[in-house]
Amino acid sequence: MHPALQGILTILVGVGGCVGYFYLSNQFLDKVLFPARGKNAGRNINRANIVRPWLFLLPALLALGVYLAYPVVETLRLSLTERSTLPDGSTAYAWVGLDNYRQMFNEPKFWEALRNNAMWLAVVPALATGFGLLAAQLTDRLKWGNIAKSLIFMPMAISFVGAAVIFKLVYDMRPIEQEQIGILNALYLYFGGKAPVAWLTIPFWNNFFLMAVLVWIQTGFAMVILSAALRGIPEETIEAAIVDGANPFQVFFKIKVPQIKGTIMVVWTTITIVVLKVFDIVFAMTNGQWQTQVLANYMYAKLFRANDWGVGSASAMVIMLLVTPILVWNVRNARKEMD
Amino acid sequence: MQIAGQKSSLSWAVNISVVLLVGLWLFPTVGLLVSSFRTSDQIYTSGWWASMFPSEQNLTLRAGAPEQQVQEGGLYVIEGRLFSAGKSAEISVWGVSSRAIDSYRAGETAPLRKGGEVTVQADGRYRMTNTEPFTGSRGQRIFVTATTPPEFTLRNYQNVLFDPSNSEGMAKAFINTLTVTIPATIIPIVIAAFAAYALAWMEFPGRALLIAVIVGLLVVPLQLALIPLLKLHNEIGIGKGYLGAWLAHTGFGLPLAIYLLRNYMVGLPRDIIENARVDGATEFQIFTKIILPLSFPALASFAIFQFLWTWNDLLVALVFLIDSTGDTTVMTKQIVELLGTRGGNWEILATSAFVSMAVPLLVFFAMQRYLVRGLLAGSVK
Repeated sequence: MHPALQGILTILVGVGGCVGYFYLSNQFLDKVLFPARGKNAGRNINRANIVRPWLFLLPALLALGVYLAYPVVETLRLSLTERSTLPDGSTAYAWVGLDNYRQMFNEPKFWEALRNNAMWLAVVPALATGFGLLAAQLTDRLKWGNIAKSLIFMPMAISFVGAAVIFKLVYDMRPIEQEQIGILNALYLYFGGKAPVAWLTIPFWNNFFLMAVLVWIQTGFAMVILSAALRGIPEETIEAAIVDGANPFQVFFKIKVPQIKGTIMVVWTTITIVVLKVFDIVFAMTNGQWQTQVLANYMYAKLFRANDWGVGSASAMVIMLLVTPILVWNVRNARKEMD
Repeated sequence: MQIAGQKSSLSWAVNISVVLLVGLWLFPTVGLLVSSFRTSDQIYTSGWWASMFPSEQNLTLRAGAPEQQVQEGGLYVIEGRLFSAGKSAEISVWGVSSRAIDSYRAGETAPLRKGGEVTVQADGRYRMTNTEPFTGSRGQRIFVTATTPPEFTLRNYQNVLFDPSNSEGMAKAFINTLTVTIPATIIPIVIAAFAAYALAWMEFPGRALLIAVIVGLLVVPLQLALIPLLKLHNEIGIGKGYLGAWLAHTGFGLPLAIYLLRNYMVGLPRDIIENARVDGATEFQIFTKIILPLSFPALASFAIFQFLWTWNDLLVALVFLIDSTGDTTVMTKQIVELLGTRGGNWEILATSAFVSMAVPLLVFFAMQRYLVRGLLAGSVK
C-alpha cells in the first residue's frame, strides 16, 4: 500500500475511534443504561447526569494518569532499583536503595550537566525575558510594530532541530585559507580576529553559543506576552508620570515595569521550565561533547546509550525535583484564582 | 518645539533599534534559506550574504590545450571561452602569471612566456596567437578577477524531495511526520474538549481538586515518562510505532489542552447553556451544538500549539516511534542524522531543514492571531 494511503487510513482509525467513543458511550448511557422514558424517566435522567461527567472525563483521566501521573511514581521506583537480565532472558528489578544516586553523584559528567543547567537557568530566562521586554516596548507605538513583532516571534514555529541547523551554519568554521561561510567567523576575522574559531568546541564558552539558540527561540514568546501586559497598563498612570516630568526611561522602569511584575514572573518561570527540559538543541549541536552536557541529554544518554535505567531515572528525578517549586507555585496561584 | 525635536530623535532611535533587533533575529534563518538555493560550490566559495550581490572572485582558468590549435594564415591560433557554457561573468583584470594576476585589463593583449600572445575579453572570450605551433599537453593558465551575478538553483529541493533514489530524501519522512502530527493534534483536542466541558459546566464532587491536579501536571517534564511508558508500551504490545507516539503526544498535550479550553469555556455566557437545558437539550447536544462552535478560537489556539509541538518534536519520536528499521523516521530525526553524516554538506542540510520548517512557518504566519491568543490565555492568568 502506498505510504500516504496507509497514513490516511491510520489517521482515520485513530481519530474515528476517539470520536466514536464519545458518541457511542453517550448513546449507551441515554438509550440503554438510563433511558429517559418509562416510569423511571426522572430518576434515570438524574442518574445519567451523575455518570455523564465521568464519561466525558474518562479518556482524559486515563491518559493523564497513565502518561503523566504513573510515570512520576514509576520513575521514582526505577531510580531506586537496578535492572538486570536473568539467565532465562527475563528482566528483574532489584531494590538498591540510593545506590543509583550515589553512582550518579560520583560521575563528573553529572556535575558538568548540573553546572551547565544552572548556567542555562541563570542566562536564558533572563536574556529571553529582557529582550522580549525590550522588543515589546520598542515595537509598541511603531507603525510597522506588528510586522516587527511577527518576525521576532517567528522562531517560535521553528523546531529546536531546525534552529540547531540554522545556528550551526552561523557558527561554521573553515580553515583560514578558505573563505568563511559562517557569519560569526566572517565577522570575527573582519574585525581583526587572527584565526577562525570553532565556537562550539571551546569549553565553557560554547555553552553560551548553545544558549543563544534558545534565547533566539524564546524571546518572541516573552515579547508577545509582555506586549499584551504593557497594553493593559492604565493610561492614566503613564500620563500622570509624564505630566510630572518623567523621561521615557523613568516611565518605563519606574511606572510600567513594576505594574507588569506578575506577568514578568509568569514569563520567567515558563521559560525556566523550557530550559530545564532542553534536550534537542544540545543533542543536535554537540551531543554533550566539549563539556556542554545538560541534564536532559545526560539522562537520554544514560537511558538509551548506556542502557542504565537506574541512573537514568535518578537523573530524571533530579529534573522533576528542580521543576517542583514551580509546580507548587502554579497550583497555589491557580487555587487562589478560583476562590 | 524642543519637545517635538526630542520626540522625533527618540522615535528615530526606536526605529533603528527595532530594525537592528529584527535583523538580528531574522539573519540566521535567512542565511539557511538562501543557502538552500545555492549549489555546494557556491556555498563553499563565498558566504551566503555575498550571494545576493554580484561577487568578485579571483579564478584560475585554463585556455584550450595546444591540440585545439588551428592555423589561420601564417598564425597558430587557439580560441574559445574561459567560462563553461551557461555561466556568465565579467572579467575586469587578468594576468598570465600567478605573481601578477592583475596586469592587464579586459580587451588588452599580453605576451606569453613561451612565445606568442593572448587577448582576453570581458566576457571570457580569448584568442591566443603564435607564429610557432603551441607545444605541451595542457592549456595556458589565465588568472582572472571576475564579477559573477547572483545565481540560485532549485536543484537541492528537487534532490531532497523528489529524487526516489535518494535514500536520505525527506519525502517519506515528510509523510511520516504528517501521520504522527494530524492524529496527535486532533485526538487530544477531542478528549480535552469533553473533559474541559465537564470541568467547566458540570457539577460533580472533586472538580476543584481535579483542576488543581491538571495545573500541576502542566509542568511535569516529559523526560520522566520515557522509560516507564516505553516499558508499558512493550508490555501491552504497542511497542514502537504510530499508536504509541499518538498516545504519548496525547498524554503530554492534554494538561495544556484541558487548561486552555476550560478557561475559555468557563467564560462563555451562562444564559445560553441554561436556556438550552431548560429547552430539553441533552448535555451531549449542548456540547456539540453550542459549546464547541463557540469555543472555536480556543480550539484553534490549542490546535496550533499541539501541531507545532508534535511537528517539531524529536524526543517523543526517538523514544516511542522510530524502531530499528527506521521506516517510521520523522523529519527532525532525519535532520539530526544528516548533521552527523553530512555535517559538511550544507546544501543538503539547509534544504532538508527548510523542508521541515516550511509547514510550521506557513501555519505560523496564517494563524498567528490564534497562536497569540492561546499564549495569552495559557500564561497570563
